[in-house]
Amino acid sequence: MEQIIFNGLFLGAQYALIALGLTLIFALMNVLNFAHGQMYVLGGYMTYLVYGHLGLPFYLGLLASAVTLLIVGALIEKFLFRPVIRKSVREESTMLLAAGLAFFFDAVLLLLFGQKQHGVPKIMDGIFKIKTETIRLIVPNDRIAIIVLAVVLIVAFILFMQYSKPGRAMRALAQDRMAAQLMGVSVERYGMLGFALGAMLAGVVGGLLVAITGVSSGIGGPISIKAFLMVMIGGAGVVPGAIAGGFILGMLESVGLTTLRDYGDITYLVIFAALMIFLSIRPNGLMGKPWG
Amino acid sequence: MKTKNFLSLVAGLALTMSPTAFAANDTLKIGFVGVTSGAKAAWGISNVRCMQTRAKWINSEGGVKIGGKTYDIEIITWDTQDNTTRAREGMEKMVQEGIHYVVGPNTDPTAAAVRPVAEKDGVMYFPYAFPKELYSQPASNAVLGMIANYQSGPAIYKHLKENNGVKSVAFLAANESDALSQRAGGVSAAKHLGLKIIAEDAYQSDTRDFAAVVTPIVEEEPDLLVLSGVAGGTAPLIIRAARELGYEGFISAETAQDAEQLKEGAGSLANGFISVGGASTPEIRSAKMEEFIRRYTEDHGKYDDESNTKVYALEYILETLKANPTAIDDVDVFQNAMDDFEAPNPFIKGDAKLRYVGSTSFGQKRQVGVPMVVTEYRDGKFETLFVTNVD
Repeated sequence: MEQIIFNGLFLGAQYALIALGLTLIFALMNVLNFAHGQMYVLGGYMTYLVYGHLGLPFYLGLLASAVTLLIVGALIEKFLFRPVIRKSVREESTMLLAAGLAFFFDAVLLLLFGQKQHGVPKIMDGIFKIKTETIRLIVPNDRIAIIVLAVVLIVAFILFMQYSKPGRAMRALAQDRMAAQLMGVSVERYGMLGFALGAMLAGVVGGLLVAITGVSSGIGGPISIKAFLMVMIGGAGVVPGAIAGGFILGMLESVGLTTLRDYGDITYLVIFAALMIFLSIRPNGLMGKPWG
Repeated sequence: MKTKNFLSLVAGLALTMSPTAFAANDTLKIGFVGVTSGAKAAWGISNVRCMQTRAKWINSEGGVKIGGKTYDIEIITWDTQDNTTRAREGMEKMVQEGIHYVVGPNTDPTAAAVRPVAEKDGVMYFPYAFPKELYSQPASNAVLGMIANYQSGPAIYKHLKENNGVKSVAFLAANESDALSQRAGGVSAAKHLGLKIIAEDAYQSDTRDFAAVVTPIVEEEPDLLVLSGVAGGTAPLIIRAARELGYEGFISAETAQDAEQLKEGAGSLANGFISVGGASTPEIRSAKMEEFIRRYTEDHGKYDDESNTKVYALEYILETLKANPTAIDDVDVFQNAMDDFEAPNPFIKGDAKLRYVGSTSFGQKRQVGVPMVVTEYRDGKFETLFVTNVD
């Protein structure tokens, strides 16, 4: 059971980080970013190039992923989403733009990196083991390092949003856009910062996980779907909700894959069925209201 | 003036010689209907490159002689995009071109989709797809171009049982039709060999982190973990997760894998992983096979292990036609000749033969006979574990 709990926590930490960026963008701009998974993939490839291909230190790979996605996110917001939001009265326009971006990224990544799966050397060797009569836990050290980094990043993000000036400005925008504008908060500046931060989070988690799961060009779509699932569980646009959604989904997966295996591959079937029932009772998710 | 005379002479010679040159050989069109774009492009591209390399080589040596006539080979290609409608359209195009022999398709659904056209319009086709109904009666026109998982799986389990004392097996497959059907075939073969089945698990095909998937299997400590129908990119992820969780048994797959991806994704943890390789090894290949590899590499850059199997389909077609010239326009003659057909295998040392096989699996000879090479991954490359034959 302890192995199942650790597996669930590990999955939960990575899911929470993926969902954070998505929910931030939704909270600030009311944009459902269907290209979030593709941004994760781009981040994975940047770390692969710097760490796996060029042989530079892993932290430089992560830094490259963060900076690349920060810039890509800012450019996408400024030149694509901002004009569409300004000109279009229909909310679906941004959804269509995001879906188009997802296809675009998929095609470009396939062209640049090919269809093959890519991996990188382990960032840390060794295995942590506890084997007694009652407890059996085996965790590779690199997984421990990744989960610690993921938790540090989540805490740093929460602190940034809670106590920094840009963080407070973005929270104000998410709570009440009009009131924040009247108080002198620049919608354009903080909208761009929020989108860039959301993209950066996707890129960083892609870079982190390339050390465990590798990266390939076609995986962005399924990652976006899982991210939306977590956001639906926790409540759209709510940071603690995204974190909770990530950990709940991770734990459900880990427990389901062990306890339901005798009935076939029905874990996700059960999760989706439970989610439908849950959403019919709580349509806004666990914490479905603007955060602040 | 001298230049003008020289040009006149060249033009005269060209005019004199060209009718002879053009009239020398007729053209024999052989079709390819398979996937050359999208995620599964590598499968079909390997086919096309093999056919083009071999056709170019034959043509450069003056063509192929069938029934007193010499033909140049022309390969007509069609990309199915792994889409059943496109595949059917491709086979219809081949019929319109007057083609009776086609290599491909590469996937189960597209191979099933071309069957009605092929049987109605008299086309023999050589798919790289596993459903037995394509090759068993009443089906008549499909010839399996490779070793199927239900043939390689039992050979691997038997080898491990007899040589390594394997007694229990766990099966793991993606939750999709091809992989699940391969898992079912593997389970049935393992039971037949008297092995104990410990698990028949499945995973979502988009799974990236396999720790949670393999944890319950690892806890049951099977002697062998079979990755049924596993994709090249997924195998290293599963191997790594299982090994890191302390699994010490054998891991195998009945499908071909990619050494580069195993190295990048699992490193030394993939050492000992058993899978099916292409139908040639340095120990058994002939000088002609070496020459084929040289020409292929010259034309297309990099040679891949899969082409060791895919070189055979065109050879089988041509050799059967050479032995039965009237089959060139009549596939019934071709089918009647398949049972007793035999020709020297140019790609293997010694007196190996090209023979159609498949009687055990399909009840009729509807499979090209190629060596079944089972490999073991070690430090970035595959090493031959054993070589055997189907039927």
